[in-house]
Amino acid sequence: MADIASDMARGPRPKKAFSLPNIVIYSTLTLLAMYYLAPLYVMVVTSLKTMPEVRLGNVFSLPRELTIEPWIKAWATACTGLNCDGLSRGFWNSVQILVPSVVLSIAVASVNGYALAFWRFKGANILFTILLFGAFIPYQVMLYPIVMILRDIGLYGDVWGLVIVHSIFGMPILTLLFRNYFSSLPLELIKAARVDGAGFWGILIRVLLPMSAPIVVVAIILQVTGIWNDFLFGVVYTRPDSYPMTVQLNNIVNSTFGEKEYNVNMAATIITGLVPLVVYFVSGKLFVRGIAAGAVKG
Amino acid sequence: MHSVSVKDLKLNFGSVEVLQDLNIDINDGEFLVLLGSSGCGKSTLLNCIAGLLDITDGQIFIKGRNVTWDEPSQRGIGMVFQSYALYPQMSVEGNLSFGLKNAKMPAPEIAKRVARAAEILQIEPLLKRKPAALSGGQRQRVAIGRALVRDVDVFLFDEPLSNLDAKLRADLRVELKQLHRQLENTMIYVTHDQVEAMTLADRIAIMRAGKIQQLDSPNEIYNRPVNKYVADFIGSPSMNFMNGKIGTKGLTVGDVTLPVDGYKATGKLAKGEVIVGIRPEHVATGNDVRDAAFRTKVVADLLEPMGADTLVWAQFAGHELRLRMDGQVKLEEGQEIEIGLSAESMHLFDAKTEERL
Repeated sequence: MADIASDMARGPRPKKAFSLPNIVIYSTLTLLAMYYLAPLYVMVVTSLKTMPEVRLGNVFSLPRELTIEPWIKAWATACTGLNCDGLSRGFWNSVQILVPSVVLSIAVASVNGYALAFWRFKGANILFTILLFGAFIPYQVMLYPIVMILRDIGLYGDVWGLVIVHSIFGMPILTLLFRNYFSSLPLELIKAARVDGAGFWGILIRVLLPMSAPIVVVAIILQVTGIWNDFLFGVVYTRPDSYPMTVQLNNIVNSTFGEKEYNVNMAATIITGLVPLVVYFVSGKLFVRGIAAGAVKG
Repeated sequence: MHSVSVKDLKLNFGSVEVLQDLNIDINDGEFLVLLGSSGCGKSTLLNCIAGLLDITDGQIFIKGRNVTWDEPSQRGIGMVFQSYALYPQMSVEGNLSFGLKNAKMPAPEIAKRVARAAEILQIEPLLKRKPAALSGGQRQRVAIGRALVRDVDVFLFDEPLSNLDAKLRADLRVELKQLHRQLENTMIYVTHDQVEAMTLADRIAIMRAGKIQQLDSPNEIYNRPVNKYVADFIGSPSMNFMNGKIGTKGLTVGDVTLPVDGYKATGKLAKGEVIVGIRPEHVATGNDVRDAAFRTKVVADLLEPMGADTLVWAQFAGHELRLRMDGQVKLEEGQEIEIGLSAESMHLFDAKTEERL
């Protein structure tokens, strides 16, 4: 009987699933979740209803007859001005803007951050301060000067012009991100690589970037969501046939002729939001890890 | 021919003089230890020799070749760091071969060298592993291996054992010594640990505030420290120091007159204030007291038994005196013991310049 005490202490501590604190916590969480999910719910059900059903005005009711017609229309046939090919054109435009912008901005920012962290040159701190200061200037101030610059170099209205603008505006925050991440790595690693005969680019490409996955993922998420959701630059620096998706969404939703097709609008909005949403879901864990890694040392 | 020569080396960080007019000649196959407390510039000097820091003035020669403006990889050196600095994304094999690949060496030669280094360091079973899956000692072996595969003339070690626990440190220390015997390379080794310095070095350079205080064999540094700093730095427990005076009666400390006949002075002993240094292990006790020129009795105020030895704290001539006795000696605190001092075991330093007399 002397063993009773040790027997009792064995095994996992029993959990009470329905203790009062748990009930309070989980009911609060459930209520809050419902509150925040309500708009999404309304959008999804409305986008699956036919127009006559939408007109009845019961926004919370489930669709009586399911239809994916609004989704097809939003993607392929909704009209904006002269074009009647829905969001698909905007989607591909956005992809064409997004991919080079993300690649270019991360490529340049990683080199910036690397040089600022390890190859301190005269005036490095001043340059970095100026770069950071750029992040605080409101975009609106620079809209028109950039129009003039792009016109002068012949890229105004071109997708590549927008790519350059996005890359430049992503530079302060991405450089900061990379610089801080690289600064947190041991300096001896760079020294060892130099003794091993790796040069400026060899160290970056073969030693540092392979161990920078978390911070690259953060940079990708920041850039993908930022550029995908951009409206202002898209509408200012591109022409109607190369408008990004957000601008086209706006044109569909705000088209003034005829009846407002709420179901199509809802579907179009969800389609547009899917890309950042997918990015978050896929990389959420890496994002947190990367942000934490970059924040350790300044 | 000297393996490494440092001539009039100067290094400034802004207006701060970190290293001042350093001159060292290191012989072929010599094991030189740079020893000093943190901030004395020993690691900085090593980085200068490696070419990782641009020096302000002076020249560096390796194997008779002026390498002052060469890149680290061109200097014929291999370096081992305190934090190991292994490339985390590469396997052990990748770590070892990285430098060779950078040098565009043919693959069969790389494989041969990696295999040889792995054999010498006994890390063959680890070749496919990533550094994260290695213990501290194994990581440090890989780091040494990375220097080894480069087949260089000079090995540079920057506190390589400081991150290891005490037992492992002692083991690796012996292995390093064996490795040096086997390879017969020149090795320059930075440490703040005097045991590492005494056991490994052919010669030790003791540094302080960017200057070399003494560059000599471990024995010479222990027996004839050039100044009070070196005398204090080397030896554990450290040397006892007492303020004394050389006058008409000879050497006096407080109200005690000590013998100076037999003291091997560097010059003629002039009258004046001096600092008398005596190592705890050189205070004669027990049967040895009979041979000492000066005998007296002190009270053991405090005992620190350490197994092999017992450290006794006592008062002598108005100064604290530590002395080392056999660990098994029967002694109680407050008990009176007889001690002896002799001129041969004393060190005299000028009270002002703290230089050896």
